Amino acid sequence: MTAERRQLSVRGLSHSFGRDEVLAGIDFCLYSGEVLALVGPSGCGKTTLLHLAAGLLTVHEGEVRVDFQRTAFMFQQPRLLPWQSTLDNIALGLKAAGMKRAEREHRAHSLALQLGLAHRDLDKFPHQLSGGMQSRVALARALVMEPELLLLDEPFAALDIGLKEEPYRLLLDHQHRLGTAVLMITHDLMEAVRLSDAILVMAPAPGRICARFELDLPARARDEAWVYRQTAQFLQAEVVRDCFALPPLAPGAGPGLPSGAGTAPKPSGSGLRLVSADGVDVAESGQREVANGD
Amino acid sequence: MKLLRAWLAGLPAYLWSGWGALASLLLLFAVWEGVSALYGPLVMPDPRSTFATLLGLLDSGEAWPELAITARRALIGYLFAVLVGGGLGLLAGLSMTASMMSRPLVTVLMGMPPIAWLVLAMLWFGAGDGTPVLTVFVASFPIVFVGALQGTRTLDNQLQTMAQAFRLPWAMRFFDVYLPHIISYLFPAAITALGTSWKVVVMAELLATQDGVGAALAVTRSHLDTPATMAWIVAVVGLLLAVEYLVLEPVKREVERWREQSA
Repeated sequence: MTAERRQLSVRGLSHSFGRDEVLAGIDFCLYSGEVLALVGPSGCGKTTLLHLAAGLLTVHEGEVRVDFQRTAFMFQQPRLLPWQSTLDNIALGLKAAGMKRAEREHRAHSLALQLGLAHRDLDKFPHQLSGGMQSRVALARALVMEPELLLLDEPFAALDIGLKEEPYRLLLDHQHRLGTAVLMITHDLMEAVRLSDAILVMAPAPGRICARFELDLPARARDEAWVYRQTAQFLQAEVVRDCFALPPLAPGAGPGLPSGAGTAPKPSGSGLRLVSADGVDVAESGQREVANGD
Repeated sequence: MKLLRAWLAGLPAYLWSGWGALASLLLLFAVWEGVSALYGPLVMPDPRSTFATLLGLLDSGEAWPELAITARRALIGYLFAVLVGGGLGLLAGLSMTASMMSRPLVTVLMGMPPIAWLVLAMLWFGAGDGTPVLTVFVASFPIVFVGALQGTRTLDNQLQTMAQAFRLPWAMRFFDVYLPHIISYLFPAAITALGTSWKVVVMAELLATQDGVGAALAVTRSHLDTPATMAWIVAVVGLLLAVEYLVLEPVKREVERWREQSA
């Protein structure tokens, strides 16, 4: 968006725990203002990748370059400090950055209200809040940092379906306003389709990226029907079925879609597009062949 | 300040909840009275004469210096135990090897009767303050040590990663993440240790020193003055109850409010 776009770039990244090779040859770039989702079966090294990007693990092979100044992380569990009030939990990162108490409490307070927490919740301890509230607090703790890079490890996985839409919206609004780069792991393909500009599909043993999809419609303009449609398409792409070890589709099983078409672009260009598979860029015209040809 | 205000605010409800405790104490007094009636005042003086004697001791000003001396010894030994035991326990908890190595040593220390230490301490320090202080220290040290060790060993890995991800500086990691958790283990251990200190100091004084409540007990014993004996015991126990239930327990409740009914 701006002249010099900051980025998170990962080049030739491999990682092993002991003799287990967890990640092999990971390459991707994430620019500010982008939301990138990592999906893949359990054990394909998504969390390891995220931890490497966050600097929580040491990079041994390959390169991870982070241009962003401020990074925030949101975990699968809220991971709040049980002995601190909601407000102090939200302000934790600001305190770590050395901000004065009055200032950080002011910021935490106003963000908390934006995220739909009530005044009276701010003095409570985490155990006095419901699960949905706790994950809102965790989201607030990450967003209050006004991060340029936000790393999310299945942040909404523990929320039941009715509680997800609101944090989605809050996240997207915030991301849009500040131009945050977001790298998120999710198990929920609908969530990936709902939130991200691009989806990286990973395969296990060793973890590698086997396809990149892009979604053209801006995330805030997507509605439920669109998300259903694109998720269905996504699930029909052969490369996705391979990665998740799903059985091949029976011919004609798709709901009114051309068979095997994870890739058919919408005329308006506002649908799901397979960009590369197994490291090979897919030209607009030749998508089907490459996608089906492995 | 906030703690003090919370303490005062919580006091009425807390005291109200003390009726049950009070009832059971009164039941104890009733049994005491019964035993006294059964065996006569020489074996077991009745509560009323005991309290009368105690009041006499307090009024004459005879009791306070002795209690102060005993309290001083108990608290010095106890403070050493909390500082050294807490510090070493924390350090031992940081390393797997150290905690494995320290476990049998702690068992030995816990299993060794305080009286054995008392004999050694008498040989080393004679009849001064050193003897009861050392005995108290040795008796309460392992309790505090184990508390700190457990607290450190059970630190939440997930919170550590979180602290790392939010780039918490060293001091914040310690004070905001580790310490509250460790304290939640250390505090109960410290309360237990205080009770132990209080018991052990009287025993040490009885055998080793010329002053303090223990020594006073030794004198009353040699005079077969059972009311005074009981009066001293009541004084010691009453002091411990007061410290524990009026100060430590409310503080503990306040400090651990975050734990309440954790679902």
